[in-house]
Amino acid sequence: MRHTIFLSLSLTAFWLLNSGHNTALMLSFGAISIAFVLYIAHRMDVVDHESQPLHLTLKLPGFYAWLIKEIILANFLVVKHIWLGNKTISPTMVTIKASQKTDIGKVIYANSITLTPGTVTVNLEGDQFMVHALLRESIEDLQAGEMDRRVTQLEN
Amino acid sequence: MNISSALFLLIGSFLCVSGGVGILRFPDFYTRMHAVGVTETLATAMILIGLMLQNPDGLVVLKLMIILLMTLFISPTASHALAQAAIHNDLMPELDKKEDNEKVKSSNP
Repeated sequence: MRHTIFLSLSLTAFWLLNSGHNTALMLSFGAISIAFVLYIAHRMDVVDHESQPLHLTLKLPGFYAWLIKEIILANFLVVKHIWLGNKTISPTMVTIKASQKTDIGKVIYANSITLTPGTVTVNLEGDQFMVHALLRESIEDLQAGEMDRRVTQLEN
Repeated sequence: MNISSALFLLIGSFLCVSGGVGILRFPDFYTRMHAVGVTETLATAMILIGLMLQNPDGLVVLKLMIILLMTLFISPTASHALAQAAIHNDLMPELDKKEDNEKVKSSNP
């Protein structure tokens, strides 16, 4: 029930942001389409804690702030090596172990790795992530496990 | 306001160009994907922030924020799908073969 309420609220906000109209006719069209989307989502059985991760809401802002900082630093590193040329890069492919229990935790971790330039999650089996990195240092940073720890903290 | 907007747009454009140079310069598929990573994260963010500063009061800012958020959710998924398709089709990356000190390879396409 919580998830349905949250989904309808976010759909309403999204509709209002995108339309900018507030005549009665337009608002009723909006209400009809939101009700229709809610009906479809229920039939597809996708309204649950995975599509609406409400339990993460309070912890996410701190994690995002840290992730944005990491992304900016990684961007500078990759741009530096783009201009320095091929001699300075050290492409590496390793398998690392993730400590997350839930699927959503693993997805957040894998997506965070991919979102940071210089590292891409290539394959994911169980708790083994195959990661390709542009530089050996990025892999060493991942193996040190700061990101892993933060994502695990997020899911508990 | 216009100056800061221009500054953000300039940095964003520079990062986009860097990403493009990286795509041309790097030796294989996977390393090129890292170059795209620059274009799709910080460059996008900088350009969108620059555009937000062009018209800071209005619905446009919120719409641009939604675009930014969507990009940050969608692009890693797309990158991962690409990389996984490549590895499943047995495209092996050119790895750095040196064990810490000896330089073995330098290859250009």
